[in-house]
Amino acid sequence: MFRDAGLVAGKDLRIELRSQVTMQQVLPFAVLVLILFGIALDPDRGFLGRASAGLFWVTVLFCALLAIQRAFTIEAADGGRDALRLSGLDPAGIFLGKAAAIAVQLLAVEAVLAAGVVLMYGTEVTGVPLLVATIAAATTGLAAAGTLYGVLAAGLRVRETLLPILLLPVLSPVLIGATKAFEAALGGVAADGWPWLGLLVTFALLYLTFGTLAFGTLLEES
Amino acid sequence: MSAPPTTASRATRAIGGLSLAGLALLLGYALWWSPPDVVQKDSVRIMYVHVPTAIVAFSACAITTLASGMWLRRRSEGWWVLGGASAEVGLLFTGACLVTGSIWGRPTWGTYWDWDPRITSTTLLFILLVGFLALRRVDNESGIAAQRGMRAAIVGLLLFPNVVIVHYSVDWWRSLHQPATITRLDPTIEGEMLFTLMLGIVVFALVFAWLLVHRFRLGWLEERVRATGLDAAIVERRAEADLAGRAR
Amino acid sequence: MEPAVQLRGAVTLLGRFPALAGIDLDVAAGEIVLFRGPNGAGKTTLLRLCAGLLPLARGEGRVLGHDLADRRQARALRARVGLLGHATGLYDELTVADNVRFWGRAAGADADDVAAALAGCGLDGRLRDVPVAALSAGQRRRTSLACLVARRPELWLLDEPHAGLDHDGRELLDDLVRRAVASGATVLVASHDLERAEALAHRVVTLVGGTTAPASPPAAGSVGPEEVALVP
Repeated sequence: MFRDAGLVAGKDLRIELRSQVTMQQVLPFAVLVLILFGIALDPDRGFLGRASAGLFWVTVLFCALLAIQRAFTIEAADGGRDALRLSGLDPAGIFLGKAAAIAVQLLAVEAVLAAGVVLMYGTEVTGVPLLVATIAAATTGLAAAGTLYGVLAAGLRVRETLLPILLLPVLSPVLIGATKAFEAALGGVAADGWPWLGLLVTFALLYLTFGTLAFGTLLEES
Repeated sequence: MSAPPTTASRATRAIGGLSLAGLALLLGYALWWSPPDVVQKDSVRIMYVHVPTAIVAFSACAITTLASGMWLRRRSEGWWVLGGASAEVGLLFTGACLVTGSIWGRPTWGTYWDWDPRITSTTLLFILLVGFLALRRVDNESGIAAQRGMRAAIVGLLLFPNVVIVHYSVDWWRSLHQPATITRLDPTIEGEMLFTLMLGIVVFALVFAWLLVHRFRLGWLEERVRATGLDAAIVERRAEADLAGRAR
Repeated sequence: MEPAVQLRGAVTLLGRFPALAGIDLDVAAGEIVLFRGPNGAGKTTLLRLCAGLLPLARGEGRVLGHDLADRRQARALRARVGLLGHATGLYDELTVADNVRFWGRAAGADADDVAAALAGCGLDGRLRDVPVAALSAGQRRRTSLACLVARRPELWLLDEPHAGLDHDGRELLDDLVRRAVASGATVLVASHDLERAEALAHRVVTLVGGTTAPASPPAAGSVGPEEVALVP
């Protein structure tokens, strides 16, 4: 299973390396959203600094939608789904591989977003361990749940409109938990944030487990 | 099998009759016989509708999750139809819950929306159900019940867990700012108010059951129509061969 | 010896449409069977059924000893077959070598198998490191073929394999098929290129309307692949 996961993750990341979609499209989108928030929320009033945790994670959610759509668009081209079913790869491995690739791409986006938020919203960075842990747990949860719902929507013609409506309510606990944890870290009282991290870790474990079990059956639907 | 002219039966008429009677009784108690609340005065009366719809909506999600799980194991049509029927009726009750909650909020908070944790998580529940039903509609294309609907079944299976996770996350999130002002069952509620509330729950459960049975039967009949279509299609398909043979 | 493929009254649905409406078929190991028939007859569906990709709605089927009605067995079957379909199943952004390496390794092939497959399909020269998106249709076909060869499947399922290939490509394909059969594989081919395919095949089966058609009796004294009358 892990060998197959590594194979699939490597393949997805190699495709990203060649096509540069995340670098050249999703990253600029992320920065653009930050700027749009700035325009909408009047940078001089001090909202942005106080709201930076929430704005960061909302932007991450939107970028996650793009990354997940992209991950499955790759497979949709010209009989890719059949080829995966025939390939002999363990479906659980495919799930973990794709989720891992999505997570890596999201981490790259989050790094740039973090720099952007610090720069543009004037956020002060404190409580780094909690920040890092939150990013790790939240990104894992996003990638796992996203890969599961992504493959679900992948075969459908209406996937661009259906995936957000299916996935975003499911991800709302991640948004709540990550924002709260970030606020605790940035606001200085890190101790408040760790329980939220617990929520994030539980969510991630839940979806990693369920995805590993269910992905194979979902891949069969065409 | 000849199609029955209606989805009604002795059982549904009994349930329906009971529900109507129950509703009448509930109206009486809710609007006249139970006392007004000390703090909220008469506006508390909408609780007798709002709380039961919330409980029913949650139960409907639980039923859908259960039905989806059973369908995944047994692949029998009945579970598939039940999952969809429960979600649809549940959507109705969720909508009612949101509207009544909003109406209750107006005199209580002064506004129709106050980010009360219950209303917020119920709104997310509404969207979860809408997404599930949209997926079911798309997933309904294939021919045999046993093959299609895998996607919808997985989403259905995850529905109740998602509802629970979202509910507790939102609750926790908002509890830092305010306790849930509505739908928390006040422990000091007693006497006639408690009775009316319990009555409300029972009556709405009956209404739900009545709607569910009808919707289930309707769905079941739809499945029957599909199944008879397959044999006809096979005959037609093989007829192509005869046509081709004659052409040669 | 157990037949490689055995179907009895097999019905398969595409959506609600019975693409296969009751097929009886027996293919022995090491045979090359050609399927022909009008468009829409169900040839592609039959190949996909034998690959374990489609479920059986009715009837029975065994391929390489796997029972098609049992989903787990059908899934296990897939690793042992190779399907060359209309779609390429390739990643456009990756090179020829990347694709063959990925799909080969996914099926458990090692570096030698991959290299041999690339060489065997004439792809180890300049084309090795060209992204698939930049290839012509015929070159993509060859790449898909190389991905199949690298897997070393026991059952080859070829859907219009000659289409899009130039003369050299077709010779190459025929050669690969003969070599595969010589080492024990079975091959099912669906094709409209009857001249070339009939020369390759051991026997011909006609599909019409989702089932096998009764064949007209061969003219007396004619030489050629035996045409089998399979009455549904």
